[in-house]
Amino acid sequence: MIYLDNAATSWPKPPEVLKAMTDVLEHAGGNPGRSGHRLSIAAARVVYDTREEIAQFFNISDPQRIIFTSNATHAINLVLRGILKPGDHVVISSIEHNAVMRPLRSLERQGIHLTIVPCAAHGTLDISKFERATGSTTKLIVMTHASNVTGTLLPITEIASIAHRAGALLLVDAAQTAGALPIDVPAMGIDLMAFTGHKELQGPPGIGGLVIADDVEVSQIEPLMRGGTGSRSESDEQPDDLPDKFESGTANLAGIAGLGAGLKWVKDRGVDEIRDHLKKLSQALLDGLSTLPQVRIYGTLDTERAVAIVSFTVAGKSVSEIGLRLDEEYGILSRVGLHCAPAAHKTIVSFPEGTVRLAPGVFTTLEDVQEAIQAIAKVIES
Amino acid sequence: MTQYGVVLFYTTSSVMQAEKLLKTEGCSIKLVPTPRQFSSDCGIALRFDWDCREKIKLVLDDAKIEFDAVYFLDKQ
Ligand SMILES: Cc1ncc(COP(=O)(O)O)c(C=O)c1O
Repeated sequence: MIYLDNAATSWPKPPEVLKAMTDVLEHAGGNPGRSGHRLSIAAARVVYDTREEIAQFFNISDPQRIIFTSNATHAINLVLRGILKPGDHVVISSIEHNAVMRPLRSLERQGIHLTIVPCAAHGTLDISKFERATGSTTKLIVMTHASNVTGTLLPITEIASIAHRAGALLLVDAAQTAGALPIDVPAMGIDLMAFTGHKELQGPPGIGGLVIADDVEVSQIEPLMRGGTGSRSESDEQPDDLPDKFESGTANLAGIAGLGAGLKWVKDRGVDEIRDHLKKLSQALLDGLSTLPQVRIYGTLDTERAVAIVSFTVAGKSVSEIGLRLDEEYGILSRVGLHCAPAAHKTIVSFPEGTVRLAPGVFTTLEDVQEAIQAIAKVIES
Repeated sequence: MTQYGVVLFYTTSSVMQAEKLLKTEGCSIKLVPTPRQFSSDCGIALRFDWDCREKIKLVLDDAKIEFDAVYFLDKQ
């Protein structure tokens, strides 16, 4: 079997991740921060250590500004629901995931104004269009760091300058990039960043987070949920202290331990080396696919400007048939359809049929990619 | 006999941060359940040798770790 669906979730996970998850439940299974006994303290240490490792990885100096959530979707909702008020203006690109689109469509009905700046059909963004769409009432720009359909990277640093000139904040959806390439939050001018644990950070599903840059005023963000935090329990009001303000309810201890181990694995292997490896794989995919007849590739062909995601269609063949045959006849696992991003597919003109998406991961080899190309060639032939 | 104090924090996450930092500073510390006489709160407090108190305050202030209060522990 060749797993080429790492953009949906990375697989297999490093063995260290599985071990960290069972270890924490076996040896540190208290409720982190609720009680004062040794198992509770041991659990709280695991949570804190992971928080600190994540802060360091994204170059945040205060670890308490890393907020654990269930996934990127939760972190995005936290920011959108926590900051936006009726009358506020939001600018986004036309290739956002439904994790961004759906909460914003719902908020639109409650009185926020949304501008969607179209990207070019190959998925790149015209910065001057973005600048014109942003104005003095703009509260927030939300942008995916990389498209989950084509892999194309968006110009975050330039968009951050536009946001800041307008007095707006920039929320980046780093679901596809965290762990896949280096991200320096302050250097890129990012104010808020949502990440998910289960993709290139190599962690398990069900854990993710929000990164709040060191200079962002936290009082402007309301919590999405309120409840027990293990702190200031004498009060029946939600505390303002970080991270507790945004972390009510018992934490996903096993998830956090797994994420910590995944991140450590990424750091040990080296994020630059991972980036190089993935670039080579996507180059090989692009090279192989472009020799095949009837194949149309979407998005940029420049691997410098994309993460390792390749989307394609074959004239005269449905994407679901290709996906099914690759799986059943050749053991090659891809993801076909709209990838939770109908807006992105409209932009690249593959709506409503969608594409076949191939996403190699850290454990994919060049031989795997060659085998996949041969299989696709055979599916096209017959 | 060693005399102890405790530092109370607002969040568990700060206790963890403080513990890590103070260990590297060579202070003798231990995490304990928050003594009931100081707080109605559940949770973890940081116990230290009373001789270390000035250093502890300095380290926490330097690292901008907010804490609730420092108390002298007359029994424990
Ligand atoms: C660009 C993008 N944003 C958000 C998400 C949502 O991630 P999660 O399902 O982990 O919340 C994904 C992945 O599915 C994604 O690719």
